[in-house]
Amino acid sequence: MSGELRIYIADDEAPARARLKELLSDIRDELATTVVGESASGLEVIERLPGSAAQVLLLDIQMPGIGGIELARHLCALEDAPAVIFVTAHDRHAVEAFELNALDYLMKPVRAERLAAALKKSLASGPAPRERLERAAGGGAREFFSVAERNRIVLVPVSEVLFLKAELKYVTLRTKAGEHLIEEPLVSIEREFAARFVRVHRNCLVARAAIRGFERVAGGSDEEPHWEVVLEGVAERLPVSRRQWPTLKGVLPESPG
Amino acid sequence: MPSIRQNPIPESVPDFSNLGVTARALVAVNLLALFVALLTEPDWSNTLAAFVMKAALFEPALLASLTMLYAAAPWLRRLGYWSGCALIIAVVLACATATQFVLGQFSAADLVRTLVLAAATTALVLAYLRLHTRAHSPALAEARLQALQARIRPHFLFNSLNAVLALIRSDPRRAERTLEDLAELFRALMSDGRNLVRLADEIALIERYAAIEQLRLGERLRMSWDLDQAPVDAALPALVLQPLLENAIYHGVEPGTGIGDVLVRIERRDDRVQVLIENPWCEPASGARAGNHMALDNIRERLMLFFDDEARLESSVERGRYRVQIDIPYRRSA
Repeated sequence: MSGELRIYIADDEAPARARLKELLSDIRDELATTVVGESASGLEVIERLPGSAAQVLLLDIQMPGIGGIELARHLCALEDAPAVIFVTAHDRHAVEAFELNALDYLMKPVRAERLAAALKKSLASGPAPRERLERAAGGGAREFFSVAERNRIVLVPVSEVLFLKAELKYVTLRTKAGEHLIEEPLVSIEREFAARFVRVHRNCLVARAAIRGFERVAGGSDEEPHWEVVLEGVAERLPVSRRQWPTLKGVLPESPG
Repeated sequence: MPSIRQNPIPESVPDFSNLGVTARALVAVNLLALFVALLTEPDWSNTLAAFVMKAALFEPALLASLTMLYAAAPWLRRLGYWSGCALIIAVVLACATATQFVLGQFSAADLVRTLVLAAATTALVLAYLRLHTRAHSPALAEARLQALQARIRPHFLFNSLNAVLALIRSDPRRAERTLEDLAELFRALMSDGRNLVRLADEIALIERYAAIEQLRLGERLRMSWDLDQAPVDAALPALVLQPLLENAIYHGVEPGTGIGDVLVRIERRDDRVQVLIENPWCEPASGARAGNHMALDNIRERLMLFFDDEARLESSVERGRYRVQIDIPYRRSA
């Protein structure tokens, strides 16, 4: 690799991006950098950063669409994940979280010396481990699931997911539009999104909002009769395990007694 | 020489064109009559009947007095406190005499009794209104007002400074203008929140504020101003509009990925000043960007301190737009 540090700038305010570029050129003698990309929204970062070969991402934490910390969590899945330096104008809670979890951050207005020091430090320490980012998020639920496909990340809004089904090593996300595979244990998803998804079976979580009702299915010759979840938006039905049925009965007010 | 800064309480004649004052007078007199009925009738069941009997006698005089005082409010406002009170008592006595006459219970002894009662009741109500005004007077409310006074978000300050820094090399003139705007904004923020300001000044202030936000947000912020019918000489408490516009941009434009249309409309309808501020409605993310209602309650309370019950502040969500409406009495600023 050549000597220039490849930097990606993400900030929704154009003047803020311009300022960072100015500062980077000011510290050129101390640390040679090149800006390989810039974005005004987090979703665009997800789309463009993987192809940019950026080594460091300067990331404003207050951007429309997706929060900075969540964005950094999804980027961890990349093969060559960049080191992330968070930038914030004023967010005491975020700053506290950064401090506690030893994440690199800068305060706006950014000073040239601080920028140089942060870049050098991040170069030495590399990308922050996912666990530290998760802790910095303070246990707050994400708004997206991320699906890593080769060196690309696809975000699936949590609100669009109808159900999740565990199969062997993967979990299948089902939305109205299609299916995605993610590599996350169902148990941790259940814990993170307890308010949104409910377990219907050992291997299946269903979005509470998507449940239209339950139907009793008469068992065949080798099957016991059981309940099935009827979902909004998809024809597919999901079996309810006998163990989950007592807790599920209360999910719908009009559910059969 | 007073060692502590003292604010003499400005005494002003109760404004009977204010619904709050009229309502309080109405309730006070009726309560008084109810107490008298309770005192004179030992039997509970007779109390109500006694009250109704008395009400039939004094209610016409009371309503006539309030109507007259409502009509006389513009003149009363110009008088000193004590001469104003004297005039109010005179109006009440005249009304009492007239209604007594009309009701046909006209005897000299009765009239004297009525007049003494009317004068005493009026004096009591005036004393009560004076106490009430004092309790809510600017001097006593000062501490509360300063606590309530709109504070600009640090988020805005630091982002604006950052934007100015970015301009200094590329567009020094614009950087200068932006710093001037910032200075003016902060001068207003640090000024005395007890003052009433001219609407024209408040409009100039929010235009400067919008210019700074425009610099930061670029094409993401699309402001439209509908100010042709704005009564520029109207008086209103300082810094009522700026926090509302700040909210509109912070909650309605910044979290959105597209273009955010923000509308500011100020107009005069008869003797009311109506303000509408409208922005795109963004579903608040969990936990983030809370505190909007605190700002609204804060402004509502400040309006109440100045206009009593005559001020309205309402917010609603309609067809994807968040609207805040203010409705205050039109008063020309001095």
